[in-house]
Amino acid sequence: MKFRKDIKGALIIGITACSVILVISIILLIIGIIIYGSKGSFSWTFLTSFPEDGMTKGGILPAIIGTAIMTIIMSVAAVPFGTITAIYLTEYASEKSIMAKTIRFAVRTLAVVPSIIFGLFGLGFFIKFVGQGMDNVFLGGALKWAQPNILWASLTMSLLTLPVVIVSVEEALRNVPKELREASLALGATKWQTIRKIVFPGSVSGILTGTILAISRGAGEVAPILFTGAAYYLASLPHSLSDQFMNLGYHIYIMSTQSSNVEQTMSIQFATTLVLLILTFTLNLTAIILRTRLRKKNA
Amino acid sequence: MQTNDSKNDDIATGNSKKQQSNSFTKENLKKQFRFSEFFAEKIITGVAFLSITIIVLIFLFVFREALPLFKKSPVKVVNIEQVAMKPESYSSESVPLKPETYGNESTPEGSLNSDSQSDELKPEKYGAVADTALTNLNNSAPTNYGEANQESVNENNNQAAWKSLTGKDWYPVSDNPRFGLIPLLVGTLKVTIIAMLIAAPIAILAALFTSAFASRRLREIIKPVVELLASFPSVVIGFFALMVMATFFQNLLGYGFRLNAFIGGAAMALAAIPVIYTITEDALSAVPKTYKEASLALGANKWQTAFFVVLPAATPGIFAALLLGIGRVFGETMIALMATGNAAMISANPFESVRTLSATIGAEMAEVVFGDTHYSVLFLIGSLLFIFTFILNAIAEFYVKGKLMRRIQGR
Amino acid sequence: MKEIKINITDLTLNYGTKTALHNVSLTIPTMKISALIGPSGCGKSTFLRTLNRMNDLIDNVKIKGEILIDDVNIYDKNIDVVELRKKVGMVFQKSNPFAKSIFENVAYGPRINGINNKKELSEIVENSLKKAAIWDEVKDRLKDSALSLSGGQQQRLCIARTLAVNPEIILMDEPASALDPLSTAKIEELMHELKEHYTIVIVTHNMQQAARTSDFTAFFYLGEIIEFGKTKMIFTNPEKKQTEDYITGRFG
Repeated sequence: MKFRKDIKGALIIGITACSVILVISIILLIIGIIIYGSKGSFSWTFLTSFPEDGMTKGGILPAIIGTAIMTIIMSVAAVPFGTITAIYLTEYASEKSIMAKTIRFAVRTLAVVPSIIFGLFGLGFFIKFVGQGMDNVFLGGALKWAQPNILWASLTMSLLTLPVVIVSVEEALRNVPKELREASLALGATKWQTIRKIVFPGSVSGILTGTILAISRGAGEVAPILFTGAAYYLASLPHSLSDQFMNLGYHIYIMSTQSSNVEQTMSIQFATTLVLLILTFTLNLTAIILRTRLRKKNA
Repeated sequence: MQTNDSKNDDIATGNSKKQQSNSFTKENLKKQFRFSEFFAEKIITGVAFLSITIIVLIFLFVFREALPLFKKSPVKVVNIEQVAMKPESYSSESVPLKPETYGNESTPEGSLNSDSQSDELKPEKYGAVADTALTNLNNSAPTNYGEANQESVNENNNQAAWKSLTGKDWYPVSDNPRFGLIPLLVGTLKVTIIAMLIAAPIAILAALFTSAFASRRLREIIKPVVELLASFPSVVIGFFALMVMATFFQNLLGYGFRLNAFIGGAAMALAAIPVIYTITEDALSAVPKTYKEASLALGANKWQTAFFVVLPAATPGIFAALLLGIGRVFGETMIALMATGNAAMISANPFESVRTLSATIGAEMAEVVFGDTHYSVLFLIGSLLFIFTFILNAIAEFYVKGKLMRRIQGR
Repeated sequence: MKEIKINITDLTLNYGTKTALHNVSLTIPTMKISALIGPSGCGKSTFLRTLNRMNDLIDNVKIKGEILIDDVNIYDKNIDVVELRKKVGMVFQKSNPFAKSIFENVAYGPRINGINNKKELSEIVENSLKKAAIWDEVKDRLKDSALSLSGGQQQRLCIARTLAVNPEIILMDEPASALDPLSTAKIEELMHELKEHYTIVIVTHNMQQAARTSDFTAFFYLGEIIEFGKTKMIFTNPEKKQTEDYITGRFG
């Protein structure tokens, strides 16, 4: 009896352990193959030069820059709004109020909406509504803003990453001990003064974490920018908000599905993928380290 | 202790300076209106309200673009019949039905290069966008109706489209455009089912190990590593599937279509595993310690406790994890675009190419003419996806939380 | 100077369905130390918090009755809570200095009140730290983080911080319960000095502390005042049997 029990136990532990090993192996496999495939293309020049010869040679600098600019604009839009929303949820909203519950539900919904829907929204709202409105009002109907560009793509992406920012900042705000707020109020400070002087400064690292995670997410998502501003080949870097831009993820997508010369571009594709992977890894790792430090500090 | 006298003097002077305005009077304590306080609160509340606004806006604007499909125009019955009776006539341009096989042959779909080298591999060719359909229609329309302007033609097309939505043919750019959603739905379901069949067991078992059997040190290593998988952008997973997995499995299992539902599903499983894993692990760890202790005190050992006590107790959370995994896969676009073959075919064979709802939007939106029927149908698909994930999320929230609450309260 | 600083009449406080305070009536004399004693969980801290309206921070709290400070009903609709708290200060059970320098901690209150002049602030900080009997220990490291101080020092810093806004009343919620005996003694000594200029109300678990330091004592039990009077009387000749039982340790 005991023997059978032991075998059962060993089996269960064994199988579950195998699952973990499987998952980890897959992760390592993917990373390994991508590194292997980018042999020959991945280099410093690759990161710093423009593509040549119809993308069969050269580097991906414009894609890197385009991604960078887009994530910066996206953060400028998402971080302040996300932070303020988080402040509302932790400092002003009573937990039971309908407003608070609805906002939380809305944030969670935003977090699970498929990324392509954001692209549709970007098209239907930013480009065709706001952009069209801007063209009508400022340019008398000429076509400038009512088309895909880096501004609309960034704003679309900021909606997608808003929940990420809100969750991170909320966690950081809640980490500020209740006792500090009480001390401040007992000294005759108002709520807003308390937030400004005590709560907010104590949550800055959380805001940073949220920003980094948002950038990581924004750099990797492609669906929202498929038809709101990303382009495959542009002669120059974007000069203004109404220009289109190149983007790492989009580049990988187009190159791997529609390039006319697979042989020559194979290693470039892998190298570009490696760049994107390294970028998201580093960002996520930094955010995780920051977050662990923050949790330890307030333990 | 220093000399009492000097200390008291200091205190006395310090105090008397501030003594003046220091009395409890109704005037001193009268309620003040603080502008900054008031504005801060209003602005913060307003901004927070934005998140609700965004959801509402998304719904409004996505649905708005799909609205034309719902407009019923009173006249012009004849036109519809004409359209329906028109035989399939194909002319010029791109979009092959043949499932794409990236990496082996170059078949650009909706070519981005202006000169179409795309003509090479296609057995069939389809009518181009609405313009061509428009001219055809105009040519064959009886002159009684006079000039058919763009809008009315669109409305006709919309009528036809509306009828065809429940059909089995997705041919949006033929001269007889049909917008049957069934093949897309079937494709999405196939991929989702395959992905969940692969991801759920692996993720749940891995979570069980991490939460119940792994030592603390081990847990602190495993969790972040699996979360690392979550940080892989889906375009990277799609790329991996397209470049590596597809060839590997085709060589291994020898089926016909290089990119198919199985490859797409397997790749999506990679995206779903971290989601299911994290939530399941949280649910397992959230089972009150008292349950575990009671079980162990009764003589059960570690694995019996984990399997027969903890796992069942975490069921609502695991259910939520699965729901969210499904939601993730259902709406996933990039992996579908790159790994499923993008052919709107209906079959039960997992090794045949499929096309999912979101991939359709992603692939075709860049090509449609603003405002025409195809455009509206794509937005309709978007609205459906949005509603579906909304409902899924609502179920995960309310039902699961409710079940969890009832369980903990012992009902 | 009036004899009675705070006059509480028929105070009842409810959280939802729970009643935390029931018909509490009490008078707190001016410039004296009044101690609130009683077993845990019987409303002492809750009562203390009604005096500076810190209970307002909790959802669904209902308060009935009257609290008059210098004949002003502090629960009147027209009272500004923020101003009230500047006149009724509070020191908490566990010291809670801000994550700022020692100087900035004490200067926090005055800054809130609009005092930004460096010289003025330095003066106020110095005075407050002196009054809190900690000036000598920190005068050379005012820029250091407040968190680098020991527990007892932090608590005295918190007292200095409260003094810096110049309240008339100081509420202390078990100020020494988290401290070692030496620090506790320092705090008690400090309280003795402070009562020359401030009215002090202290909640304490420690009966001996109440007996040692306070002039008046109130005995709370299950949200009600059982007895209140001069400390000497309460501890040597209590009127109610319950009080006597508690003091002699028969329950609690």
